[in-house]
Amino acid sequence: MSPVLAGVLQLLALIGALALAYVPVGTYMAGVYSSKKHLRVEKWIYKVIGADPDTEMSWPAYLRGVLAFSAVSVLFLYLLQRLQGVLPGSMHFSSVNPAQSFNTAVSFVTNTNWQSYYGEQTMGHVVQTAGLAVQNFVSAAVGIAVAVALVRGFARSRTGELGNFWADLVRGTLRILVPGAVVAAVILVACGAIQNFSGIHEVGRFMGGSQQWNGGAVASQEAIKELGTNGGGYFNANSAHPFENPTPFTNLFEIFLILVIPFSLTRTFGVMVGSVKQGYAILATMFTIWLGFVALMAWTEFAHHGPALQAAGGAMEGKETRFGVGASSIFAVSTTLTSTGAVDSFHSSFTGLGGGITMLGMMLGEIAPGGTGSGLYGMLIMAVIAVFIAGLMVGRTPEYLGKKIGGREMKLAAAYILITPALVLVFTAASMALPTPPHSILNSGAHGFSEVLYAFTSASNNNGSAFAGLNANTDWFNTMTGLAMLLGRFLPMVFVLALAGSLAEQTPVPVTAGTLRTEKPLFTGLLVGAILIITGLTYFPALALGPLAEGLA
Amino acid sequence: MLIAMNNSFVNTARLLGAGLRALLVLTLVTGVVYPLVVTGIAQAAFHDKANGSEIKTDGKVVGSSLIGQSYNLPLKKGQQTPDADLKWFQGRPANGLGTNSVNTRYKLILSGATNLSADSKVLLEQVQDAKAAVVKDNSVPGYSVDPSDVPADAVTSSGSGLDPDISPAYAELQVHRIAARNGLPVAQVEKLVKDHTTGRTLGFVGEPRVNVLELNIALKDLAAKQ
Repeated sequence: MSPVLAGVLQLLALIGALALAYVPVGTYMAGVYSSKKHLRVEKWIYKVIGADPDTEMSWPAYLRGVLAFSAVSVLFLYLLQRLQGVLPGSMHFSSVNPAQSFNTAVSFVTNTNWQSYYGEQTMGHVVQTAGLAVQNFVSAAVGIAVAVALVRGFARSRTGELGNFWADLVRGTLRILVPGAVVAAVILVACGAIQNFSGIHEVGRFMGGSQQWNGGAVASQEAIKELGTNGGGYFNANSAHPFENPTPFTNLFEIFLILVIPFSLTRTFGVMVGSVKQGYAILATMFTIWLGFVALMAWTEFAHHGPALQAAGGAMEGKETRFGVGASSIFAVSTTLTSTGAVDSFHSSFTGLGGGITMLGMMLGEIAPGGTGSGLYGMLIMAVIAVFIAGLMVGRTPEYLGKKIGGREMKLAAAYILITPALVLVFTAASMALPTPPHSILNSGAHGFSEVLYAFTSASNNNGSAFAGLNANTDWFNTMTGLAMLLGRFLPMVFVLALAGSLAEQTPVPVTAGTLRTEKPLFTGLLVGAILIITGLTYFPALALGPLAEGLA
Repeated sequence: MLIAMNNSFVNTARLLGAGLRALLVLTLVTGVVYPLVVTGIAQAAFHDKANGSEIKTDGKVVGSSLIGQSYNLPLKKGQQTPDADLKWFQGRPANGLGTNSVNTRYKLILSGATNLSADSKVLLEQVQDAKAAVVKDNSVPGYSVDPSDVPADAVTSSGSGLDPDISPAYAELQVHRIAARNGLPVAQVEKLVKDHTTGRTLGFVGEPRVNVLELNIALKDLAAKQ
């Protein structure tokens, strides 16, 4: 069997598994956020928090909950790293320096998981397990909570009520992420991912002498790292490391974990707004873009353009033998079209165009299918914009799901789509213009520029993957990517929740013969077009200087 | 005005308190109970795998079946990089691998890739040098390697730098050299490679591969028997 055919069959198997999971997982999640019942353990947790889970919140109250929880999380994770040197169970690893601690704390709380540190030499058991892995759970739960609040904005009428943040946070963690992660972690261990608390292992070598490697709670962290679209590796090599991703099967399984919640959330959306067809239209949009990107990536990686790859006879630089080119291409697209950023192969050594595809995936705003929650709300914002464009073309007041898209709604949606590109381009320009930041660049020429563009694209979109040649552990990059991650996560959330509040207050307009049918393929086509055109116009100049210049050279 | 400010201060403090309590209780669930439960299951049901899939020969641990090793001669005087010990099957280049620069009480393996780009002159040089070495090392009397027969994995660094595998093509390319250096018949070494080749999972997942450590252990046994 040729590697290309094997790649296609893996892709089909993956799609089949996702299709099987779509209805049960999506419907289950809708039940989680609609149920009136509280589990006993949840009631105990609400008592500890001191919150009444049945109190409905307006959008500002919901936002305050998100921001308060996230602010406390950043501070807690910062202190945990700063105090590592005196924490027990840290294998005598020293405390992390202030700039890197800030960067890492922000990175994990914002669901980015950008890593300017080497996991194996920097973070001990306690920080990894009780700090970083905890944020893998709760940052994902926060993302889903905000998406659910927006869906409620569409589903509800004549009310300011968007649900209760604490209830959404706790339910998402306890009823969705924890059970999923337990099952996934056990499967990963059964295939060879490690799971122990036995510190540094000193192990013999074939040629004599010994080698030292880290033990750790790797499988449990790997499971939620993919399921919560986080992406922060226990080890520096991330999911290329055999202890994180030991076999071809675990590789495909990890891609499934990355995609299952973001795709299935469109079902949750459909159920909650009372029309699963509306969910299918959004799903079709996400799936079309994802599949198109996978096809392009596989084509350019199998073709292996670029002098070094031509000399090698294949694009295997930075790729593992057990995964090969096909599976690595699927992983790379899935991780950059979601907010994951985990890697099973190193994007910097992809072909010029392949690297450009990973960047473009993030620049789309990570909406195909996007991160847990953030993918759905990002895509719904694009749907609002597509409806507006369609309304302009035919001269009708635009509506989506029975809600009028008026001036206020469009201002919020426009602010949402402007904030991330502004962060990416301004921070990249500043880094290139100043004298010292370019010293961090590894490769020369167009690829060197791409390293910086990639860093801020990844940070602002909360992805976390990197053209890892860039030395990001400097005060400049630790601080600036930290700011990009914070602003890129929470400013869009402000606009999403404000939009949700504004939609919930409306009285629905009745469907007439002139209503744009947003559950039809025509709308999916319009939406795909709007996304590609808006992103293309925004980023084309920057892409032309980096990956296009390299890929077409 | 003052009362309003006081109120908003109190409200903010109350909210942050709720956030902190939520974080602490969720840390207990996801940062303590969850990893301990998974570790309990893992250690009880998959003890060897959970601890790194170590391989023993003659009662001694010689590594992990998942972690690639180097098979080099000891460093000679004045040498920066050791020469490959051509008696043994060689794994992939690992130019992205490092050792730790902080917490240096340990000598840890730092996994990683080169991150060099497809148009990098440095990478081109690495690939060309590796290819020349593979051709030279594996051409033995009666068997010469053509540069176009060298597979890509033989001349490129993996993502982790710890790739435990090589492609079957690279293993087969080394057969004549291994036979000559160990005084073994070519057919026997060929059979050894075939026996240690793992196909795609279910016939289509991943790529065919040969685990280098397991292959070398089997080679050692075979050579000892002769």
